[in-house]
Amino acid sequence: MSDFDELYQEIILDHYRRPRGSARLDHVPDSAILENPTCGDSIKVEVTLSPEGSFLGARFEAKGCAISTASASLMTLAVAGRGLEEVRDIAWSFIRALRGDDSVEALDAMGDLVAFKGVAKFPARVKCATLAWHALLEALPPS
Amino acid sequence: MVGQAIRVSDFPILSRLVGGKPLAYLDNAATSQKPRSVIEASSRFYERGNANVHRAIHALGEEATAAYEEARAKARRFIGAEKDSEIVFTRGTTESINLVAASWGDARLREGDVILVTEMEHHSDIVPWQLVAARRGCRLRAAPLEADGSLDLSRMERDWDSRTRIVAVTQASNVLGTINDVGTMADIAHERGALVLVDAAQSAPHIPIDVRDLGCDFLAFSGHKAYGPMGIGVLYGRESLLEDMPPWMGGGDMIRSVSLESSTWNDLPWKFEAGTPNVVGAIGLGAALDYVSALGWDAIGEREAALSAYAIARLGEVEGLALYGSAPRRCPVFSFNLGAVHAHDVAQYLDREGIAVRAGHHCAQPLMRRLGIPAAVRASLAFYNGEEEIDRLVRGLAGAARFYA
Repeated sequence: MSDFDELYQEIILDHYRRPRGSARLDHVPDSAILENPTCGDSIKVEVTLSPEGSFLGARFEAKGCAISTASASLMTLAVAGRGLEEVRDIAWSFIRALRGDDSVEALDAMGDLVAFKGVAKFPARVKCATLAWHALLEALPPS
Repeated sequence: MVGQAIRVSDFPILSRLVGGKPLAYLDNAATSQKPRSVIEASSRFYERGNANVHRAIHALGEEATAAYEEARAKARRFIGAEKDSEIVFTRGTTESINLVAASWGDARLREGDVILVTEMEHHSDIVPWQLVAARRGCRLRAAPLEADGSLDLSRMERDWDSRTRIVAVTQASNVLGTINDVGTMADIAHERGALVLVDAAQSAPHIPIDVRDLGCDFLAFSGHKAYGPMGIGVLYGRESLLEDMPPWMGGGDMIRSVSLESSTWNDLPWKFEAGTPNVVGAIGLGAALDYVSALGWDAIGEREAALSAYAIARLGEVEGLALYGSAPRRCPVFSFNLGAVHAHDVAQYLDREGIAVRAGHHCAQPLMRRLGIPAAVRASLAFYNGEEEIDRLVRGLAGAARFYA
């Protein structure tokens, strides 16, 4: 597989064309928008918590490239049904693997997120793949 | 004068492959490629001529000084300036503008004064003015863009703020390609007591510049966009203005004498060149300007006009392509979006085909906001590009549209 084909795997293109967890988030203030300054991508993430404060799920509204949109979409699936601490762990594991702080092989154990392994070969696109995850971390209640 | 013929083979990098495909380099507005003569001038300096300038009492030092000052004379002739003392070497356009904003701006701007830029400026012609405006309590205003991506000069006259002290404007937009009538803008400004700084980063590689004809007070350009090396650029300033401006960086070479209590400044232009300058960069820039002169503006202009017409026609055939800017006078810079496909995805697909374009906000976020888009793809041409590269671009765009559909 070429680097390009590894970057734009079928699952990524699928989530780009039909994003899961995407919603109009007009009620979320614009101050929650996270931007990728190099390309003008922007994303809002909304986290739903139970009255007791446990994590129920995340939704997003984004203007972005295929990589950032697919990453946001797959993120909402990856964190569904998890506990707050687990969500934080997944987010940091994903970010650290793509940034090169940890081995990119760490993605092997993260289900469909393994599709983003190819992004590590394109340093300029790492920010695209991690934008939604940073927005998620900011939307979570302080630990 | 009949110029030397345009030869792609003068640019060694253009024969390389990218991912097994011939490179189609369409990112010239970011940086141009370098002819062999520029590359050889740089390596020859380090192989034969390397020494510091303006201080050595030995043969190499004298040769280096002569070569550095000869490069300054070439830069002066390139922009039609009268005196070498009006040519300050900098790291590039950004540093040139920062020099004026810091030195002239801090000394001359008063609270309530207005700095006028335009909506199409590059960040390098906005942010230095914001910094000095904050220090001096000035207001930064922006002349608005018309629908075709041009400036309406009669509107500029109507909206003129009497406190305007300087107009900082690009001669050619790095996004829209629009060539602005900076000569008329200089007339408008001068009639009202304001100065004009021209950002010629994008225009210098494409059109002849004559600062005396334009009547501008300052003009900045970069070597690396004009077929020369990175890290060297020029600030032109009218001598009387430069004389009155305080130094902006202190150090060696810019002084006449130093005591522990105070110092006096060197003559122009060295007053603004603290520290060891980029000698090899200046020499390489000189070689680049020689190369451009040998080709001649007639040949360059004719070739680029033909390429531009071809690019506009071919891009117009691409389904879903929205081209930004349609001003009649333009540089061969074409920014566009392809339907709803993000610019980064388009550029990544083209890269697979060996085609280098730029994607993003092009360091012009206010302009992108004005256009209502987060990002755009930009194909920017030079005289050494060919019609077949534009054909490959158009085929690549059709492929990208299918791939991301």
